[in-house]
Amino acid sequence: MSNKESELSMLEAINETLHSEMERDQRIVLLGEDVGRNGGVFRATEGLIEKFGENRVVDTPISEAAIAGSAVGLAMAGLVPIAEIQFLGFSYQAMHQIAGQIARLRYRTQSRFEPQITIRAPFGGGVRTPELHSDSLEAQFANIPGLKIVLPATASDAKGLLTSAIRDPDPVLFLEPLRGYRGIRGLVPDEEHIVPIGQANLVKKGNDVVIISWSYQVELSRRVAESLEEEGISAAVLDLRSIVPLDVEALTQIVTHCGRAVVVQEAPETGGFASEIIATINDECFWSLEAPVARVSGFDVPYPVGMLENLYVPDEVRIRSAVLKTMEIN
Amino acid sequence: MPKPNDKQLQMILEDMVVARTQAGRLWNLQRQGQVGTIAPIDGHEGAVVGAVHALETESDWVLPQYREPLGLRKYGPEVLDTFMLYNLGHPAGGHIPDPIKVTPSQISLGASIPHAVGLAWGMRLKDEDGVVLVFFGDGASSEGDFYEAGNLAGVLKVPVIFLCINNQWAISTPTHMQTAADSFASKAEAFGIPGITVDGNDPSSVYEAVSDARIRATSGKGPTLIEATVYRLGAHTTADDPTRYVPSDDLSAAQKNDPVHTLTKEMKDRGLWSDSKQEEVETVALERIDDAFEKAKNTPLSVNSLMDHCFTSDTSRQSRQRSFLTNSAGELNE
Repeated sequence: MSNKESELSMLEAINETLHSEMERDQRIVLLGEDVGRNGGVFRATEGLIEKFGENRVVDTPISEAAIAGSAVGLAMAGLVPIAEIQFLGFSYQAMHQIAGQIARLRYRTQSRFEPQITIRAPFGGGVRTPELHSDSLEAQFANIPGLKIVLPATASDAKGLLTSAIRDPDPVLFLEPLRGYRGIRGLVPDEEHIVPIGQANLVKKGNDVVIISWSYQVELSRRVAESLEEEGISAAVLDLRSIVPLDVEALTQIVTHCGRAVVVQEAPETGGFASEIIATINDECFWSLEAPVARVSGFDVPYPVGMLENLYVPDEVRIRSAVLKTMEIN
Repeated sequence: MPKPNDKQLQMILEDMVVARTQAGRLWNLQRQGQVGTIAPIDGHEGAVVGAVHALETESDWVLPQYREPLGLRKYGPEVLDTFMLYNLGHPAGGHIPDPIKVTPSQISLGASIPHAVGLAWGMRLKDEDGVVLVFFGDGASSEGDFYEAGNLAGVLKVPVIFLCINNQWAISTPTHMQTAADSFASKAEAFGIPGITVDGNDPSSVYEAVSDARIRATSGKGPTLIEATVYRLGAHTTADDPTRYVPSDDLSAAQKNDPVHTLTKEMKDRGLWSDSKQEEVETVALERIDDAFEKAKNTPLSVNSLMDHCFTSDTSRQSRQRSFLTNSAGELNE
């Protein structure tokens, strides 16, 4: 095993992982809209149909429910489907299959059938894709027991977590940040790379306040935390990596250490996963808090069109402002 | 067209009589408060049993909706045993044991149709013999899943048989309010696959149609949509009062075509069935369901069952919830 690394974009890391996993496990079947000849609308599946053939890489009709629903049947047949939903916002048209069938297949059949299914979907805003293309729905899925929800923030984690997701005997919703596909680059191990699902990553150590986030907001949070060093504020950044399962231990540890916390999400404020994080902090380490936990989020409106997008999506200015306010409280 | 021979017809009638008899017992158990909500099979016996007898239990899957389980006797006694656990509300009622190729009841209408397509697709990718038959109703055919799955199956040419049992009613909604199409079978045209309508009260016709569809599927020619027309002779479920909406004249007319009575008479006329045979089959059917019910009632249940089988292993939060549950709830059966 070599310890070599290459600099890749998140998209390249995902593509490389799909190649290596399909090579490793002959049971894997990839299905979705435009995943074959086109290589996916973002090129995440480029080169796969040429290498693995039309039986294992299948362009489906425009049918999200049939993509998710037939993945159930493929898993029942003993195959390992990787289904792509072209944009997470389109998963509304497959919600009954994802929530009603995939997530409860193991429970309702008492493990007779193993839903070893990975659903990949790009999500999030910031790239001028209108309306549903940009929806951040992770909290809606987090309210569905039986589904793991994994959201990488780095190219290396994209490889390590996708490898784990594909091999996980439980269904995994693997959410890829649109903005990070080409915007996030980093060193990625060339060889097999596994990041276990359910372990948060302390991206940056700090003593005064912790910024807790996932997916692309980790990148923004890290930039804010680094800029605050110059002002004498020691801000930690915790990347949750997955919201189900949630690494309660890592969360509790860093919040207890810092005493102050800000949670950043792109989704609308009401009912977002930040609320769950704050409730967890309340359960686990309320008495170590020195200030109320703040949150930065989208607004309680549908995802807007392009000219309003920059107002909607949390940016470094809003994160920074929330951290400074939290620091002011005595 | 492969027709059932006399021996097969006797087995078909026996399974139909068993289903009808056990459905009666199940209804009574529900009325006594001993089991949960039941959807009686009455009127569907010919379509369900006729279809299943055209399948090979070793290689062919059956994905029922929820009215069919009592008609799946051909797939083995475990189907009834598991169904009784399900009716009691025991979690083991969702686990029909390997290698029986039957899935548990599907509550979400139409949802198992894409599963059938995926399963048939997977079997073909693995070079396995066999077909997948999925049951659904006239009402479920209005769900998006039916159209998406039918379309995908047509494109992929997978070995699946869509069996739509048109019993004229989706709870209280009659077929003319369900579709403006000439028939449910005619919807196959949009999928590019054959669609045929058969008399679901005649198990021989259903057997023939499924046999043909099976030959088509196993020879790589793809799916078939079969509409078996019957009349729902009972209530939608034990929670339903069909006198509110089923015209009594229609029901009386349908009762004259009762599939169990019709085949019983025909077989008696041909000397292939008798009153004593009927009595014997009914007696055994009741003993069998009573036995399955007793076994189900005596199946242990622990509080841990609430948490088991969600994921392969508990998340840390589920572990905490499991501890809370086991510490505070005690044993459920006590």
